[in-house]
Amino acid sequence: MPKLKIEDLEKISDEFKRTMTVREGGGKVKVTVHMGTCGIAAGAREIMNTFVQQIEEKNVKDVILTTSGCAGLCSREPMATVEVLGQAPVKYVDLNSEKAKKIFEEHVLKGVLVKDYALSIGSERIQ
Amino acid sequence: MKSYRLQLMVCAGTGCVSNHSFEIKDALEKEIAKHKLQTEAEVVTTGCNGFCGAGPLVVVQPDGIFYQMLKVSDIPLLVEEHLLKGRPVKKLMYVPPKEEAPIPKMSNIPFFSDQTLVALRNRGMIDPENINDYIARGGYKALAKVLMSMTPDEVLQEIKKSGLRGRGGGGFPTGIKWETCKRIQSDTKYVICNADEGDPGAFMDRSIIEGDPHSVIEGMMIGAYAIQNICEGYIYVRMEYPLAIKRFNIAIEQAKEYGLLGEKIFDTDFNFDIKVRRGAGAFVCGESTALMTSIEGNPGEPRAKYIHTVEKGLWDKPTCLNNVETWTNVPPIILKGAEWFSSIGTGDVTHDAWGGSKGTKVFSLAGKVNNTGLVEVPMGITLRDIIFNIGGGIRDGKKFKAVQTGGPSGGFIPENLINLPVDYEELTKVGSMMGSGGMVVMDEDNCMVDMAKYFLKFTQEESCGKCIPCREGTKRMLDILENITSGKGKEEDLNLLEELSNVIVESSLCALGGSAPNPVLTTLKYFREEYEAHVKDKKCPARVCKQLLTYTIDEKQCVEVGHGCGVCKKNCPDNAIIGEIKKAHHIDQNKCGKCGVCYDVCRFNAIRVE
Ligand SMILES: Cc1cc2nc3c(=O)[nH]c(=O)nc-3n(C[C@H](O)[C@H](O)[C@H](O)COP(=O)(O)O)c2cc1C
Ligand code: SF4
Ligand code: SF4
Ligand code: SF4
Repeated sequence: MPKLKIEDLEKISDEFKRTMTVREGGGKVKVTVHMGTCGIAAGAREIMNTFVQQIEEKNVKDVILTTSGCAGLCSREPMATVEVLGQAPVKYVDLNSEKAKKIFEEHVLKGVLVKDYALSIGSERIQ
Repeated sequence: MKSYRLQLMVCAGTGCVSNHSFEIKDALEKEIAKHKLQTEAEVVTTGCNGFCGAGPLVVVQPDGIFYQMLKVSDIPLLVEEHLLKGRPVKKLMYVPPKEEAPIPKMSNIPFFSDQTLVALRNRGMIDPENINDYIARGGYKALAKVLMSMTPDEVLQEIKKSGLRGRGGGGFPTGIKWETCKRIQSDTKYVICNADEGDPGAFMDRSIIEGDPHSVIEGMMIGAYAIQNICEGYIYVRMEYPLAIKRFNIAIEQAKEYGLLGEKIFDTDFNFDIKVRRGAGAFVCGESTALMTSIEGNPGEPRAKYIHTVEKGLWDKPTCLNNVETWTNVPPIILKGAEWFSSIGTGDVTHDAWGGSKGTKVFSLAGKVNNTGLVEVPMGITLRDIIFNIGGGIRDGKKFKAVQTGGPSGGFIPENLINLPVDYEELTKVGSMMGSGGMVVMDEDNCMVDMAKYFLKFTQEESCGKCIPCREGTKRMLDILENITSGKGKEEDLNLLEELSNVIVESSLCALGGSAPNPVLTTLKYFREEYEAHVKDKKCPARVCKQLLTYTIDEKQCVEVGHGCGVCKKNCPDNAIIGEIKKAHHIDQNKCGKCGVCYDVCRFNAIRVE
């Protein structure tokens, strides 16, 4: 291991930032994938994997990914909720890998709602 | 680099390790692999979380779900339900005493939510054996800041302004200590970290080292830079702390590999190195002069301090000794500024370094509270907040009686002072002290005379024997207390205890003797009637002192309810119980050895104790 330079402190912090965001439960955006039995049967794992891949591929550091149980809307599974810090959570339904990717690129990264897949914003229904 | 969406933080402090937390870790990894989740979930071992009574602990991040008292057999359910299906497992969560609903999130549990973390800022967040984790949480940034942009004097002024005072016992202003050491002319000086932590039951320092060793190292480096001409640092670790010694050694190795210890640190002219020394095992070796003698390889014995160690310390060179927790506080002060630090706490330190208590203090909360463990609180918090909010109140619904602060030679504080703000001055005013942060809570079932005797016995045995008052005086006091608790006390004894205490306090060389009588003095002050009950009425109101109890049989209860069953008679080791089956029994007080067996064996509640 070569001697550290001052800049290396930042580099290491940056490299570990994603891990720390998870540990601290912080982050700018929280994505929740609903993983009840129905969700898993409907393909929630695939959605989860898509998000994991996106985070790695795009080297995103301030997004946390979590799961919850059944959301009570089994017919519209797989579902995910995107919550940008300080904004109302948005529920997306009938997801597949393609849709998840688009939601990640648009809503999670750029903050632009993907209206076509959204079911509700906060407690307000869209579809 | 690989990222995981889940981080499972397994507590690997000494407490949890002895509760088999490494087996929990193995089980987690096995189950995670079984469900093919190893790309999603990482298992990390951390230092102590402080909530040791609830161990083994696992916190699942990012949601901060807190699992407690885990068994290996709970792990398959935890992994399948929570990690795979996203349903946190209620039955493995913490339920507050006397309540039914569990609290899922760590940050909502009162034990954690009412704390302020400065010294323990990385608690549960990092793997202490990985320097990158420390750096990722802002570690070594303060060192970089002082080396790049601050003069040694500026660093010194910052520490002075912050109002930081020693956390090891005396509460000496840290900036002034550094400044004095800096002013002495010498091209060889030392800094030392005191990690001897001899107080029985206290583990503040151990937990900091085991959980965050680099924070201590970084603090020492900043101190060395501020004082200048420091050739080396020493860390003196208590012998009984093998895990702490191991973690320090790993941390030092890693810091050396990164060039953070050694020569030309960050390509500046600053050089620094640290060695770890294992303590000699005696309580008195935590005292500054004894500690230095012990590092030099001689038996640890205090010496008179008319020459201060900042002038003539280790190998007669100017030496700056600070406690583990003191050093740990240094990096955040540099990063966040003296004003931030001094905004926490009490008093005003702008003109008088002794004028206030700033920052936080870590306490080891023990005794009769529901939540025992390690807590970090802002200076000035009330005893009530610590004991009843964070500590969750007294166990089994009993009544609070007193709290002892400051370690074995701290004083007892009674219930009517429960709203006392915890800071250096207030604790000293009521006859106790901050000490290094011991806090033992006592309830109605504790006898104050017996407790004072217990603590005095500890310090008496640890006296190094150099001064006669400390050596013989404490022995004499102990004899008197022994007499009082066994019914042979006289009324004059109380005054005699006070006189002896005063002599010992005044004529002892070090603070061990100087503070040893505190438990006796404060209990005499606040609980004198309890002493009087022992010497005048030969009674122990808390029913602890066996020799002062009287066992009798409620004859009516014995015949009518127990039908004179005779069990007590059969079990009495002194043959003190007289009576025939189906008839009333009674106790011959002349024969009764007060063992309490009859009380324990009577199933009909017929034995009375007073
Ligand atoms: C008998 C005795 C035992 C002590 N034990 C410790 C100890 O275990 N750890 C500690 O930091 N200070 C201990 N001290 C206090 C030290 O002498 C010294 O004041 C302290 O380490 C200075 O550091 P600080 O200014 O950062 O508190 C002890 C003092 C006495 C008299
Ligand atoms: S006061 Fe007690 S422990 Fe301290 S030097 Fe004297 S005899 Fe030793
Ligand atoms: S055990 Fe109790 S009930 Fe039985 S004889 Fe003794 S006092 Fe009476
Ligand atoms: S206290 Fe012990 S010695 Fe006394 S009567 Fe009961 S059993 Fe016998």
